Amino acid sequence: MTGDGVTRDSVTGGGTTGDGVTRGGTAGGGRVVTVETDRVRHAVAVLGRATFLAAVAGFFALPLLWLATAPFDAHPTITASVPEFTLRNFRALLDNPYVLSSLGNSVIQAAASAALVVVLAALAAYALSRVRVPGRDALLYVLLLLSSVVTGTAAMVPIFELATRLDLIDTHLGVILTLSGGLLPAAIFILKDFMDGTPTSYEESARVFGASPLQILRHIVIPVIRPGLATIAVWAVASVWGSFLTPFILLRDPAKAPGAVILYTLYTEGGSPRLDLISTFSLLYSLPVVLMYVFVSRRYGFRFHGGIKR
Amino acid sequence: MISLHGLTKEFPGGVRAVDGLDLAIADGEFFALLGPSGCGKTTLLRTIAGLEAPTSGRVVIGDADVTALPPGRRDVAMVFQDYALFPHMDVTANIAYPLRVKKVPRAEREAKAAETAARLSLSELLARRPAQLSGGQQQRVALARAIACHPAVFLFDEPLSNLDARMRLEARTFLKRLQRELAVTTVFVTHDQGEALAMADRIAVMSAGRIMQVGTPSEVFQRPANTFVASFIGSTPMNLLPGVAEDDGLHVAGAVLPPAPGVAGGEEIVYGLRPEYMDLADAARKDAFAGQVSVVENLGTSFLVTLEVTSPSGDHLVQAVVPEDAEPPPGARAWAVPRHPRALVYRHGALVVP
Ligand SMILES: Nc1ncnc2c1ncn2[C@@H]1O[C@H](COP(=O)(O)OP(=O)(O)O)[C@@H](O)[C@H]1O
Ligand SMILES: [Mg+2]
Repeated sequence: MTGDGVTRDSVTGGGTTGDGVTRGGTAGGGRVVTVETDRVRHAVAVLGRATFLAAVAGFFALPLLWLATAPFDAHPTITASVPEFTLRNFRALLDNPYVLSSLGNSVIQAAASAALVVVLAALAAYALSRVRVPGRDALLYVLLLLSSVVTGTAAMVPIFELATRLDLIDTHLGVILTLSGGLLPAAIFILKDFMDGTPTSYEESARVFGASPLQILRHIVIPVIRPGLATIAVWAVASVWGSFLTPFILLRDPAKAPGAVILYTLYTEGGSPRLDLISTFSLLYSLPVVLMYVFVSRRYGFRFHGGIKR
Repeated sequence: MISLHGLTKEFPGGVRAVDGLDLAIADGEFFALLGPSGCGKTTLLRTIAGLEAPTSGRVVIGDADVTALPPGRRDVAMVFQDYALFPHMDVTANIAYPLRVKKVPRAEREAKAAETAARLSLSELLARRPAQLSGGQQQRVALARAIACHPAVFLFDEPLSNLDARMRLEARTFLKRLQRELAVTTVFVTHDQGEALAMADRIAVMSAGRIMQVGTPSEVFQRPANTFVASFIGSTPMNLLPGVAEDDGLHVAGAVLPPAPGVAGGEEIVYGLRPEYMDLADAARKDAFAGQVSVVENLGTSFLVTLEVTSPSGDHLVQAVVPEDAEPPPGARAWAVPRHPRALVYRHGALVVP
């Protein structure tokens, strides 16, 4: 088939169309020229897009591939390779006394922060959406701006100072409060948008039937914004799970440190990374978040906007 | 019984949506609040429901002054314009919701919901979510939910406006029959005068937060108390022509019509006549409006003819409804003859005759 030939030509020709087109043109009449040209263009476009996507996908997939192979490799390097299969790395990892407890700490800090963020953000978003507060939008934007500083590096010294005075150093509570504080503004922002998209007539209707504010919240508001709450919860868990700096600075005792901090300790005395332990721990460390993601997405679905799915 | 005393609702920013309004609605009455968009109908309904607190005035339902009571303690049920069905609950749960709030046991309230649903032919749909229902079905679920809690008063905000034209006619009849059967005092809001005339026992016509006239559909239709009501009621707008009452008769747009009692001595009047009560003649008459046919509109079994009338007092448009096959061609000269006994005479915007 001519089309195929042209495609192959242009592939070998390094993707330039000129050659194929001219030859197609001399072979057929005027109408064939345009058809051929179109076909060549189409083929090259498809090929170009596929190559580009493959490159991008490879760029993102290779580290993940490493994560899948290295833990089972007897001699892992920093490149992904076919492993010399072993489970020895896992045993070596579990010999480290802090590994399992660090994952437990991660769970405590992430779950508590997510719960705190979801509850407080839901209440704040509901109030901000339903009650006319002067300067409400300005307040939200300022909070949003500051929140990127609060959990960021810039405010670490004052936060440490504050935590010391409040006796929150070396406590889960200190980490939970600091991280939640950083997540709250964005959570409020997203949930408020969600509430804004929900007609007030639902709540008013329930009110006319005699429902109390608490009943309205339980029966109507929470079920209606549930996908939003699920989104916020997962996002909060994932952010806390991946937080390094805050727990690193606020926690002295390695028995309280979360996974992200313990990962940083898996070095030899000489200071070179123990790739066997790091890769194995990385795998253990990422699995819970992935599982949670799949579970929540199945159960509730994610949405970042309000309004009613019809 | 619902009575409103000097009810005023002023929104922040100074909009007076309801302005010193007095109204009494009898037990079991099907009462329409009719008016153009933005005249304060919804606000009035929400104030009766308790969703808005009045700036001043009182709301009395039955024998109790409910002005300070929250909505849930007024024994009213409201159907919102968007129906406000809870999207995450199926039809049964929606209908049973008022009973759930009242802590009725689950089995009992679901039985009650099924019974109410059956009455509104919703039995097939009990397990569906609102998103899976048509507009008409949603409307009936909203009605069922309101009925299930046995309130003393129904409040409907434009209950038919989200339906298409044919559904609306069916729903009208259905709603009126339902209200007859239940005999519950019902206030419904509409901007559609045809709907109000067809369904209501009595109508309050509103404009800018005030009541312009209260009466039965025939009263409001036949004797509009002022020119606002006259122009608002009727499927074809009433002819409202300025004129002067002299001793020899009413001089209106070039025609001399018989004198009317109560106006005389060169007083300025407005002569009102529905197009349905206007006949066309093809020869000049003293008591007719002479003009040229400018538009002929087909109304199905009749035609609406618009005449351009030129007179010493100015140019006017006069409309007449003529039977089919009797319509004049556009551009023809024609004379519109009012059936004078049907005429309404307004002075300073208020009705004087009859
Ligand atoms: N929550 C509100 N805040 C300020 N103005 C309002 C509010 N609700 C209604 N209005 C104003 O009050 C007037 C009456 O509104 P509404 O009762 O909704 O009219 P209708 O239902 O007759 O169309 C309108 O001018 C409207 O803009
Ligand atoms: Mg309205």
